[in-house]
Amino acid sequence: MPPQPFRLPQGGRIDRSRSLAFTFNGRRYDGHPGDTLASALLANGVALVARSFKYHRPRGVMSAGAEEACAFVQLGEGARSDPNCRATQIELFDGLTAASLNCWPNVQLDFGVVSDRLHRLLPAGFYYKTFMWPRRGWLTYEKLIRRAAGLGRAPSEPDPDRYEKRFAHADLLIAGGGPAGLAAALAAGRTGARVILADENGEFGGQLLWRDAEIDGEPALRWVERSLAELSSLPEVRLLPRSTVAGYYDHNFLTVLERVTDHLSPFAAPTATPRQRLWKVRARQVVLATGAIERPLVFINNDLPGIMLAGAAQAYIRRHAVRPGGRAVIFTNNDSAYETVAALSEAGVAITAVIDARAGDTAAAEACLRRGIEVLRGHAVIDASGGHALREVTVAPLDGSATALAGAASTLRCDLLCVSGGWSPTVHLFSQSGGKLAFDAASGCFIPGESRQAERSAGAARGSFDLAACLAEGHAAGLAAARAAGFAGPDSPPPQAPAQAMSPIRPLWEVPSPHQGRRDRKFVDLQNDVTAADIALAAREGYRSVEHTKRYTTAGMGVDQGKTGNLNTLAILAGETQGAIPAVGTTTFRPPYTPVTIGALAGRGVGDFYDPVRKTPMSPWHEARGAVFEPVGKWRRPLYYPGPGEGMEAAVRRECLAVRNAVGLCDASTLGKIDIKGRDAVTLLDRVYTNSWGSLAIGRCRYGLMLKDDGMVFDDGVTTRLGERHYLMTTTSGHAEAVFGWLEEWLQCEWLGLDVYLTSVTTHWATAMLAGPRAREVLAAAGTDIDTSRAGSPYMTVREGHVAGIPARLFRVSFTGELSFEINVPARYGLALWETLMAAGAAFGIEPIGTEALHVLRAEKGYIVVGHDTDGTVTPYDLGMGWIVDQKKPDFIGKRGLRRSDLVRTGRRQLVGLLTDDPAQIIPEGSQIVRSGASLAATPVPMLGHVTSSYWSPALQRSIAMALIEGGQDRQGEAVEAVLPDRTLRAVIGTSRFYDPEGVRLHG
Amino acid sequence: MLLIPCPWCGPREEGEFAPGGEGHIRRPEPQAASDQDWAEYLYYRTNPKGLHFERWVHAAGCRRWFNVARDTVTHEIRAVYKMSENRPEGL
Repeated sequence: MPPQPFRLPQGGRIDRSRSLAFTFNGRRYDGHPGDTLASALLANGVALVARSFKYHRPRGVMSAGAEEACAFVQLGEGARSDPNCRATQIELFDGLTAASLNCWPNVQLDFGVVSDRLHRLLPAGFYYKTFMWPRRGWLTYEKLIRRAAGLGRAPSEPDPDRYEKRFAHADLLIAGGGPAGLAAALAAGRTGARVILADENGEFGGQLLWRDAEIDGEPALRWVERSLAELSSLPEVRLLPRSTVAGYYDHNFLTVLERVTDHLSPFAAPTATPRQRLWKVRARQVVLATGAIERPLVFINNDLPGIMLAGAAQAYIRRHAVRPGGRAVIFTNNDSAYETVAALSEAGVAITAVIDARAGDTAAAEACLRRGIEVLRGHAVIDASGGHALREVTVAPLDGSATALAGAASTLRCDLLCVSGGWSPTVHLFSQSGGKLAFDAASGCFIPGESRQAERSAGAARGSFDLAACLAEGHAAGLAAARAAGFAGPDSPPPQAPAQAMSPIRPLWEVPSPHQGRRDRKFVDLQNDVTAADIALAAREGYRSVEHTKRYTTAGMGVDQGKTGNLNTLAILAGETQGAIPAVGTTTFRPPYTPVTIGALAGRGVGDFYDPVRKTPMSPWHEARGAVFEPVGKWRRPLYYPGPGEGMEAAVRRECLAVRNAVGLCDASTLGKIDIKGRDAVTLLDRVYTNSWGSLAIGRCRYGLMLKDDGMVFDDGVTTRLGERHYLMTTTSGHAEAVFGWLEEWLQCEWLGLDVYLTSVTTHWATAMLAGPRAREVLAAAGTDIDTSRAGSPYMTVREGHVAGIPARLFRVSFTGELSFEINVPARYGLALWETLMAAGAAFGIEPIGTEALHVLRAEKGYIVVGHDTDGTVTPYDLGMGWIVDQKKPDFIGKRGLRRSDLVRTGRRQLVGLLTDDPAQIIPEGSQIVRSGASLAATPVPMLGHVTSSYWSPALQRSIAMALIEGGQDRQGEAVEAVLPDRTLRAVIGTSRFYDPEGVRLHG
Repeated sequence: MLLIPCPWCGPREEGEFAPGGEGHIRRPEPQAASDQDWAEYLYYRTNPKGLHFERWVHAAGCRRWFNVARDTVTHEIRAVYKMSENRPEGL
């Protein structure tokens, strides 16, 4: 074959002076700039492009745009490979490689086609009906089914490309750059409004790129050129080609996917340019000039390669200079396909006949007959045949209702069948905006009805298929939008085109079959292989709702989202259920209009930017020391510091013993810190904590418990009085933002009169917690001007001064039960303080302490961790902390909640200690607790509670646990069983103060 | 994605705000409140289809709480007003 045997010698919007080499299914071909992959394949005579999703039937190119339901390819190789790409929207570049989806070993000889022979066994809902049993089997079936299904493969390597996001504000966003969109942009742009005009194609013009039309007395493309030149000169107008308006959200927020370099070879694309850019546009006004999508006709074997939408055939001829076939039949129920007849004639394609479902005379048919082209009126194509390509079609006359055939069938030879079932306005964005659709019976399609947002549809998107109307409506919509956005600039005359007289369409949703009762292959959804018979079966099985039918048959659920097939589907459903099309309604149009890559949605938020990590000033030291980290909120805290060859267990034991026997240092900088000032600061504390604060002296610290108004524990921490009206509140590390927000909410919404000022100072201070019997000696060695003696710094006090020459606040608090100082220094000194303390402590056996050791140490003391030992259903009384609830206060958050009937009943789960009979056994946290001796055979086994904290205690040389147990405080000494998957562990309920219950050690 | 007119900062993206649920929920006098009163204060909400009075906080902005009258069907924001103000009439 000569190169590009189907390329027309002249015409089209391609650059014949340059050749682009590309590879499809391993074979090398040539195309030209201006080609899409689909047009280049057609130019090279490649009719068989893909295999269908379910039956592996041969498929070719059926459209020339976003609606493509057949020609899906895997684009590119390796890390840049893109699955499920529409060949009709891939602009050709030099070196492009693509491959067919869903075939093995190749697209010509696909063994999967066996499923086509078995189609009678694979009706709608086949998977639901067949793979129900045994239930476990689904895990296996699913893998096999997914492998057989026709989807591309996602690359497993990291994406090498860069993606950007950009926010924009516009007075007017116009979706679609065809005649209506361009007219709207001109009308609005001339008023001075800020306009964004986005079009999914590389070139603006829409159907004008391939239709034979005149505007303002000159060829339409000249008008497009002049319009673009003028728009480019307007400073407030931005033209976005290759940009799909993908989603329309509330308050006129729209997303636009701009494919910046997809039309270039990855090796030729400028490196500083992102591959794609996701625009997030907030528009005052929107004009939807999204055009219309042609509908296929539903007859037997209507999916063969060589069967193409009539408009697409015209586009391939006039835009891409490709002859889509050698001998054509045209099958239509409306006037628009007659333009294709003219285009085919110009391109030298022999035309066997035009099959027009309409019985009466039409001007378009008359014109054809005058040119010697046969027109079979009142006829339909009822069948098509051929192997991998169309060979002939069968035609027959329709009866008056178009539900039966009215005469004998005959066959016509052809390798191209152009079909047109009418046009459906592209109402996707309108529907996403919340607008209501209306059914236009005359055109047989849904059109925009009542709007909900500040948008206007214009042109074919509004059901106006005539060019003159498109231009007039576009102009009017653009001007009205500009006026609504407040622009009084000049009006200009709208562009003009000659009006066309159109004969009415004859609705033909399903071509009748020549024989009754056969399960004919008349496809309504070409991507998901759904036939008219599948829809009928669903209706017989009781499916009435279009949403249910969609999910049951999978019609409209493919990558194309049923752009061509959905209206045919619901019209057939309406026929089967004796309903009207508008009553059946449409399925929901959801964003995006066409698929958006995950890369574009992620933008720069990948890798280190995916989820930012908060680090303390001491982090570099932890990292250098080889700490193992754990996430705590957005923080990363050292979990433990392994020594050489040491595992977690050994490291945690060593760290715990250092605190009990010598001294340890823990980075507590992540503790939430809220600076509270004001005349009413103490009132705030009295209201948000359960205990009383009026008696707290300056320089003293007090532990507090916060509840929500339901009476449940929310947070805890130590608050210190720094001055007359000045306090510093600490919160748990993970809850700092929540507590700060909680206080703000109460102050702003409920207690508006309080004179209190809050400042979050969590990251202003670095905190080193020095704990252990030798802590004072380390402080002395590091150097301090603070009296750290028992008398000088008693337990629960704060002192200000210097540590290691650094200005510091020294808090004498203890979370470990040992003598402990929490040294707060301005954050920038944090690392210096840490390094000095570690050096000073070396002589005393200091060890850095991670959060795991800290948790063990506090559990040995029976101290709770909110969120670990509590879960939002636990009151202070459940925790055995009634001592901290001051019922004498008139009110505090949670006080009334604590009196609710469920909170005062007996038998609530209460926090207790658990000691296993076998001290070597550690109960896994979360284990359920049952009565000792309870039979596990009689289900359900009554659960007494569950284990909240459980550790190996190095100080006690045995396991310890805390648990929430029904009526636990009255069950002291009672034996229970912890249920493990394979056994139970016997344990005895006791106190949770396992270590130094008298609290002697913390005074040092 | 709503565009919320913060009374202090002007129109800002929804992502800068955090919703606080229904507004104008009166906290009953704790001493006098029955369990039922308290349960209604804690848990019972009107959940209307249509006009809804709710409160939002400009969390990633000025951090102020304010009231919003929003249509739960169309998401139209009919009014914003400060915490100290009463429900506007005639919406």
